[in-house]
Amino acid sequence: MTHSLLHGRRVAITGGTSGLGLALVRELHHRGAAVAFVARTADRVRAVAADVDGTCGIVGDVSRKEDIYPIAMQITAALGGLDVLVNNASSLGPVPLVPLADTDCEDFEAALATNVVGPFRLTKALLGALAASAREARAPLIVGISSDAAETPYPNWGAYGASKAALRHLTRIWREELVGLGIDAVAVDPGDMDTPLHALAVPDADRDALKRPADAAIEIADLIEARVRSVAGGRARAAGAAVAP
Amino acid sequence: MTAASGPRRGTARLLVVGDEGRIVHGVAPDLPRLVRAGDVVVANDAATLPASLAGEHEPTAAAIEVRLAGRRSLAWPRVRRFVAVVFGAGDHRTPTEERPLPPLLRVGDRLRLGPLVAIVERILGHPRLIELAFEGSLAHVWSGLARHGRPIQYAHVPQPLALWSTWTRLASVPVAFEPPSAGFVLDWATVQRLRDRGAALVTLTHAAGISSTGDAALDTRLPLDEPYRIPAATAARIDAARVAGGRVIAIGTTVVRALEHAALPHGRVRAGDGIATGRIGAGTPLRVADVIVSGTHEAGTSHYELLRAFQDDDTLAAMARQLEAHHYQTHEFGDFVWLAAARRVPVIAACG
Repeated sequence: MTHSLLHGRRVAITGGTSGLGLALVRELHHRGAAVAFVARTADRVRAVAADVDGTCGIVGDVSRKEDIYPIAMQITAALGGLDVLVNNASSLGPVPLVPLADTDCEDFEAALATNVVGPFRLTKALLGALAASAREARAPLIVGISSDAAETPYPNWGAYGASKAALRHLTRIWREELVGLGIDAVAVDPGDMDTPLHALAVPDADRDALKRPADAAIEIADLIEARVRSVAGGRARAAGAAVAP
Repeated sequence: MTAASGPRRGTARLLVVGDEGRIVHGVAPDLPRLVRAGDVVVANDAATLPASLAGEHEPTAAAIEVRLAGRRSLAWPRVRRFVAVVFGAGDHRTPTEERPLPPLLRVGDRLRLGPLVAIVERILGHPRLIELAFEGSLAHVWSGLARHGRPIQYAHVPQPLALWSTWTRLASVPVAFEPPSAGFVLDWATVQRLRDRGAALVTLTHAAGISSTGDAALDTRLPLDEPYRIPAATAARIDAARVAGGRVIAIGTTVVRALEHAALPHGRVRAGDGIATGRIGAGTPLRVADVIVSGTHEAGTSHYELLRAFQDDDTLAAMARQLEAHHYQTHEFGDFVWLAAARRVPVIAACG
C-alpha cells in the first residue's frame, strides 16, 4: 500500500552502482519508481542496468563539467522529466585518509568537485525539469546525501568532511530558494554504512557494527514517500477548503 | 547587427511595442514590470538536443552532417525516428547557403554518425530532407546523441557552442532541435518577480525545429510540423486567466504556434498532445496569445512572418527601424521584443 506512493515517480540517482546509491536504485525500483542512475564505469553501469531490469543506466562523471548536461539530457530523456534527484555520488578525497596538512590540493579539489560542485551543476541543469514537476504537483525533491562528517570535525576527514558540510549547506540554501517554486530539498545523513567508500576510509572497521546500505535506502525511500504524501495532503486540504469555505 | 555566442539574460535589451504600436526601449529585466496581476506567462520548457551529427554516408563513404530537425510525436518511447536535414562535407562555419548537397540518399542507406548508425527510411521530397531511424536500444541512442551530438549552430557564431548555452533556465525534456530562444529572457529571479507581480508562469513543451536550412526551396517548408504537449494545469491556468481578464503572454514563436494550434472556439486551450502544422502570419487570427516576447527576427523568416499576426506591417517596419537604429542584437542569443497584439478576436467567457 505505502509502496504505491512512489509508483511512477521519476527518480535519478548519482553514484548508482555501489553502496547506498546501488541500494537506492534497488529499493526505489522495487517500490515502482522509474529510476535512472549515473556512474562513471560503463561496465558497472551495464551490469546494474541488466541486474535491476527496467532501470536506465547512464555513464558519466558528475565531477566533470563537460559531463553534466549530457547526463541531465539522458536523465530527462529516459524518464520523460524528473521528480526526485538524489545527489549521492561521493569522493573521499585522499585515500588512505590523511590530515588536512598532508592533503594534496588536487585531492581536496577532487572531493569538492564530486561532492559539491558536481551536485550544484547537476541540480542547476535539472531545475527546469524539477520546476515542471512542481507545476504538475508531482512533489519534486532534491536529496543531498550528507554525513556526520559534515557536522563533526573528525581529524583526517578534512576533504570529505568540508565538502559534505558544503553540500549540506548548499542543499539547505536550495531549499530556501526553491520553496516558492514548489521544489523541496533535504540533506540526509544515512549513518555509517558498510559500503566500499567506508571500507576505503576505515579498512579495519567492524563491518557487522555498520548499517546495511539497504536499510539506509529504505529510510530514504520512506522520506521521499513522506514528501509525496505531504504534498498530496496539502492539495487535498486546499481542494477541501475551496469547496467548503 | 552582431551575434552573441551565449545567452545574455540580464544584459539583453527589450524593445516594447504596445497594443497601440507605441515603442519603448528597455532591458530584459524590465519584463516583470510589463506584466499585470492576473496575466499568465507561457514558456516552452523544451531542452535542446545536440542535434548536429557529423559522420559519413556509408554507401559512398562521403562526409556528411545530419541535423535532426523534427519528430512526429512527443511520446517518449518513439524517439528513434527523426526528420533530418543532411548536408555534404563541412560544418557550421560555412554558411548554410553555401553548404554542398549530400551524396544522393536512398531509402535503406546507412549513415554512420559517431557511435550511432541511422537508416534512411524516407526521402521527403528534397535531396536534403529525410526521415531516419537510429539502430540500437533507446539508451544507446540517447548516450550516442549525448556523446557525439553538437548543438546546431550557424556561421554567425563560429566558436563551438556548449550544450549548456543552448538550454533555457526552464529547459526540461530534450525535444527541441534548436533553442526555444525567447526563453533566454527568463532567469529564475525574473520568474520570482513575475510571481511577485501576481502573474502565473506556466509551460508547455514544443519540439522547436530548425530555423533555417540555407536552401531556399526547403526554407519555404519551415517550420516543419512540430509536436507539442500542453499540460492540463497549463491549459487550466490559461483559461482561468482569460476568463478573469488577464492576458496571455507567450514567450516565443513556438509557444504561439502551440497555443494557437490548440485553441478551441471561444479561445479556450485544449490540453494534451498535438502537432502544430501550417504557418501563422499576417491575417491569422490570434485566439489565445495577447503578447509575444520574441527574439529580433529578420524580415522574410518564418519567425518574422508569425509576428505579422500581432501587428501590421507599418508597426513592424517601425520596430525594425528602431532595432536597427539602436543596434539591437539579433539571432538566438540576441535582444528581445515585447509585441502586443493590435487586435484580437474577443473572448466569450461564458461558454457552457
